[in-house]
Amino acid sequence: MRSLIDILDFSTSEVDELIASANDIIDNPAKYAEKCKGKKLATLFFEPSTRTRLSFEAAMLELGGSVLGFSEANSSSAAKGESVSDTAKTISCYADIIAMRHPKEGAPLVAAQAASIPVINAGDGGHNHPTQTLTDLLTISREKGGFENLTVGFCGDLKFGRTVHSLITALSRYKGIKIVLISPEELKLPSYIKKDVLAKNNIPYEQTTDLESVMPELDILYMTRVQRERFFNEEDYLRLKDSYILEPRKLTNAKSDLCIMHPLPRVNEISLAVDDDPRACYFKQVLYGKYIRMALILKLLEEAQK
Amino acid sequence: MNIDSITNGFVIDHIIAGRGMRIYELLGLDHVDCSVAIIKNVNSKKHGRKDIIKIDADIPIDFDVIGYVDPGATINIIRDGELVEKRFIELPETLTNVIKCKNPRCITTTEQEINHIFKLTDRDAGIYRCMYCETKAN
Repeated sequence: MRSLIDILDFSTSEVDELIASANDIIDNPAKYAEKCKGKKLATLFFEPSTRTRLSFEAAMLELGGSVLGFSEANSSSAAKGESVSDTAKTISCYADIIAMRHPKEGAPLVAAQAASIPVINAGDGGHNHPTQTLTDLLTISREKGGFENLTVGFCGDLKFGRTVHSLITALSRYKGIKIVLISPEELKLPSYIKKDVLAKNNIPYEQTTDLESVMPELDILYMTRVQRERFFNEEDYLRLKDSYILEPRKLTNAKSDLCIMHPLPRVNEISLAVDDDPRACYFKQVLYGKYIRMALILKLLEEAQK
Repeated sequence: MNIDSITNGFVIDHIIAGRGMRIYELLGLDHVDCSVAIIKNVNSKKHGRKDIIKIDADIPIDFDVIGYVDPGATINIIRDGELVEKRFIELPETLTNVIKCKNPRCITTTEQEINHIFKLTDRDAGIYRCMYCETKAN
């Protein structure tokens, strides 16, 4: 049974097919309005989420299907000590496809091994979040017309940000990509990703602590939040926090077609004044997230029927 | 130092000195009934010093464990007092229930009866990662 646990479960050609499918859904929504009629999506969210759960539910509803599930572990049998495997086997009797978020890393893989229906990883702790990566890829594709020959800047917490790690991994499979890593010393991209992903795929990259100095180079700016709890002391946090807040004046030297992205939720790392800039793409990104999830649900259900 | 020859069993030879006990522990040799000898710091032309383990019984042996701890070790299979096979091993692609993931956020810490599986992700550096959370094995 085909599932999506890690973005690398799909080849680049499969990702391209999904993006093409999402584009067709955007252009012809009526064509897809009843594609999943009679099908049920189970959203098993063992920890809270606003965007991802509602995005999956909206995706299934727009495909004409139905949704069931829970939005916190306390309202499931997990509270009674049921294993992930048993939950997955049980839900396989009720639904046609599962979207699972779980605080434990690897839980969706365990579910996929036990379930008789496709499982989509909707985030497992700090590990993987492949549908966010697909969302990011669709956003880049639509805003920039493809992936090749782009300079992509990642700014903020590059050490713990799972969305950053996954997107870098996914982009490293395309030609002509250049990566610019912008972060405080304390939150630099882990060396194993530089070695296993960037160096292994001959992806050129540069590291800097200064966002403004590299701004003119960037085609994409992927912002993430610098969190207070990641610092060893308050002084360092206070010294660095404003360096990684995007404000209109920092965009003065940016390209006119820069695409500013953020996985959301944001706290203060992008000032509200940037929202009115036509280069701000983060709310479009949310919308694209629904369309790529529609494409994904369709693909996995079609493969399950085969 | 004399250790009797074995009749039916295994001689795990050319173990890098100091790794013999780790193999002994991971193979669970402290729980078997047969005679087992672990010889440490034996003179070796190849390594200078080496460890040797002799197991005097035809018990099931997980060769992957030996490959994981020391892929340079050799396994001599003895039947009726004769060497019938000399096996050279390498790092196994997968380790199942040999080591446990130490990441407290990994599903293997809470899911009962789940197999602890590690995949070889970098053969040159000998790096294994948990199949579930991708944490590097120590």
